[in-house]
Amino acid sequence: MTIGLAHYLVVGAVLFGLGLFTVLTRRNAISILMGVELILNSANINYVAFSHYSAGNVEGQIYAIFVIMLAAAEAAVGLAIVLAIFQIFHTIDVGAAETLKE
Amino acid sequence: MEHPIQTDYLRWIVLLPLLGAAANGLLGAPLQKKLGKGLIGVLACTPLVISFMLSLKALFDLLALEPERRFLIDRVYSWLSVASLQVDVAFWIDPLSAVMILVVTGIGGLIHIYSIGYMHEDRSYWRYFAFLNLFTFAMLLLVTADNLLLLFIGWEGVGLCSYALIGFWHHDHVNTRAGNKAFIVNRVGDFGFILGIFLIFWTLEQQGHGTLTFREIEKFVSALEGQELWGVGVATLATLLLFVGATGKSAQIPLYVWLPDAMQGPTPVSALIHAATMVTAGVYMIARLHFLFALAPFTLAVVASVGLLTALFAATIALTQNDIKRVLAYSTISQLGYMFLGAGVAAYGAAVFHLMTHAFFKACLFLGSGSIIHGMGGEQDMRKMGGLRRHMPYTFWTFAIAVLAIAGTPLTAGFFSKDEILWQAFASDHGSPLLWVLGVAGAGLTAFYMFRQFFLVFFGECRADHHTQAHLHESPKVMTLPLVLLATGSVVAGWIGLPAIFGGSLFTAWLEPVFGAHHEVHGSAGVEILLMVISVSAAALGFYIAYLVYFRATVSAERFSSLAGGLFYRLSYNKYYIDELYQFVFVGGTLLLARIGAWFDQYIIDFLVDGSAKFTAFVSWLNGLFDDYVVDKIVNKVADSTFAAGDKFRRIQTGNINSYLYVILGAVVIAMIVKLRYWS
Amino acid sequence: MEISALVFYLLAAITIGSAAIVAFSRNIVYSAFSLLGTFAGVAGIYVFLGADFVAGVQILIYVGGILVLILFAVMLTHRIADVQITNRSAGMIPAVVIIAVFLGLLIQSIRDTPWAKAKEIVYLPTTAAIGDFFLQHYLLPFELASLVLLAALIGAVVLSRKETKE
Repeated sequence: MTIGLAHYLVVGAVLFGLGLFTVLTRRNAISILMGVELILNSANINYVAFSHYSAGNVEGQIYAIFVIMLAAAEAAVGLAIVLAIFQIFHTIDVGAAETLKE
Repeated sequence: MEHPIQTDYLRWIVLLPLLGAAANGLLGAPLQKKLGKGLIGVLACTPLVISFMLSLKALFDLLALEPERRFLIDRVYSWLSVASLQVDVAFWIDPLSAVMILVVTGIGGLIHIYSIGYMHEDRSYWRYFAFLNLFTFAMLLLVTADNLLLLFIGWEGVGLCSYALIGFWHHDHVNTRAGNKAFIVNRVGDFGFILGIFLIFWTLEQQGHGTLTFREIEKFVSALEGQELWGVGVATLATLLLFVGATGKSAQIPLYVWLPDAMQGPTPVSALIHAATMVTAGVYMIARLHFLFALAPFTLAVVASVGLLTALFAATIALTQNDIKRVLAYSTISQLGYMFLGAGVAAYGAAVFHLMTHAFFKACLFLGSGSIIHGMGGEQDMRKMGGLRRHMPYTFWTFAIAVLAIAGTPLTAGFFSKDEILWQAFASDHGSPLLWVLGVAGAGLTAFYMFRQFFLVFFGECRADHHTQAHLHESPKVMTLPLVLLATGSVVAGWIGLPAIFGGSLFTAWLEPVFGAHHEVHGSAGVEILLMVISVSAAALGFYIAYLVYFRATVSAERFSSLAGGLFYRLSYNKYYIDELYQFVFVGGTLLLARIGAWFDQYIIDFLVDGSAKFTAFVSWLNGLFDDYVVDKIVNKVADSTFAAGDKFRRIQTGNINSYLYVILGAVVIAMIVKLRYWS
Repeated sequence: MEISALVFYLLAAITIGSAAIVAFSRNIVYSAFSLLGTFAGVAGIYVFLGADFVAGVQILIYVGGILVLILFAVMLTHRIADVQITNRSAGMIPAVVIIAVFLGLLIQSIRDTPWAKAKEIVYLPTTAAIGDFFLQHYLLPFELASLVLLAALIGAVVLSRKETKE
């Protein structure tokens, strides 16, 4: 059986599921960010796969690059926030930082 | 004109002072703290010295060319390019701008060096030099610009720096007010100036030659001929508007009032900006656009009359002032009047010549007065000076030479240049004997007030208190050296512009490619010599009266001032109450307008408003009944239920990211199930 | 089985395997390091898909940038010894259930959808084409992205600076 588009999409879907699981279950802010990275990677696999199977059309890859760019920005700001929270609360458990709630 | 020669180094003449300004302005404060004031002075003076050398190089490059091909250009880049509006950042050196850049960098450089000594005690040393450099940059931009827009940038730039330097000692409110006055009065002039630029461009544009570049305006200037706007010739209107700008910048009637107040700034600033360079911008501008003014004889007549009137008017005020710098300020206004007189009778060469010689002797006078003020510990009142020649020999001799020059003593620079103007005022096409007579009267007054100042300051008994007397001292070398050089210039600079009867003027020949061949004058050599003798006699008379009153004291100054019941004295001493008049008419007028507005507001508008308010109140009352009994019930009900719902929904907002995600995911799953099972 | 298919399955296994460690490991340091495997595997998949430039970018930015950043954050916020405590997870069972349902639906829709595919698959260098797209058709988004990066840069600096007490 030759490898087709569906294979890539399945890999992407599984990766997405794992990322989602990480985000859903972890209480640690850094772990949640890692889960987000997994989700973004799975979306990128889909973009590149679609791009590949539409014969030489690189626009999908361009979207992938934009996603990577934004992921970098998100990681920088997200981790900076995590560090700031850590300085204030001395923990990065997302449940602990809830003083803004009331 | 043929194609100009691209010369790359010209930009550095202009840009080097800007670099100096940037260095001092951005890094000056820490540098001064760490490395001392010496470095700041070097940083400020070096660009000027290099600029001056490059200006000399430009001069020699021009000399190497044939007279009619003497122009260099440095096109840096295309600045604006919109439809027919093409403006380059380009620097343009022809004989006229060559003279100007030499004056600006040469005399400016000397004043920079002098400032090292004069400002040495000041804490904001770096700020002073940053502005001084920035000013030099703007002035050089003004005189080398190859189009009106770039010239205007320089024009505004020098105004800004002038404002900043007048108010340099901003802790004293008087100084900042003087700065504001200068800026605002200049603004009035600049408004006219920019309207003039617009008018020129607009009219040329209609003729299909939209341009702001001087060379092209000159080429297409005939297109302006016969054009009219509101029944006035466009050339006349445009030149009048430009002249309004010139009266602002060059302190002519009616916009001269800012210059005496500008003396609040440091003295070298007065020398550089308010005597030697910036205030001559108006003269330069008229000389630069002489082809335009040639189309407007009416404007020329206005220029000549305003110039002459200013020359006389300011000279009479200078007679009675007691502040050493104010005398010089009014003298500057008066001398600028002479330049405009020269420009007004289409003797642009003579005007520019006087501009140059005046730059030398007036800078020398100002720097000399600065040296005196420095030695006197800040005293500016001449009544408290006297007998200073023994204490300050260098200052005394240089001041003496400059006074001789400004009074028009034969063989000094001031004699040749002022005489050239007077001769042209008498003999040129636009001139008349009346202009000449009044001009000579002004020359006599000039000699009187300058020698009055000279005798009051340097001769007689010292009238200062003991403390000041004990500390009297000659200024340091760094200050006296520029004085000596400027005094030399005050004599020598005139020799390049000898009258026609003594072999002809090199200076006029030099400017000929710009202003065209010298036009015919009516009058013979004999008449010229006769006129010369008369004007020298007038100056001698002025000197003699000053000598009698203030040196020999055979005629007491009190008797002199009580002439005609002291009316003249009081008028002159109070500067003809012009400041008060402006205060009354313009400031008071604005206030009156405001009061009328307030009255209108209070009685008419308020009445209308009150009436409508009463009507509204009645309608509101009706409304209120409806509101209370119908609307409120509904609104309250809605609010209550919203509150109750909010209280319940609040519990959903746990702030827990995971639970939000579950909800989102659940929604997506349900949507997918619906889509896959029931829609496809 | 073809060799290329073998390579694909190998890459997919690396990607998903290490992603699973990220998701399930109790130790956050292991999680962070196995993220490396995921990123590298995804890069391999890009190569497999003929996206050479994106693969390079993936390695440079994800492995070289983001991963290092995450590791730094881990180091800065944990004493390595007691990592387990702060990496607790909660509500495993509902998460597993809902994600299983979700995945099932996803895979079903992947299978059922008639994907429009090109007749011929080409392998060409993509860098030049991507460059052209960025500087022509996608110029505005490209510039916007640089602004976003700048904003993120400044934001990160401002956020992570130590608060100075007035």
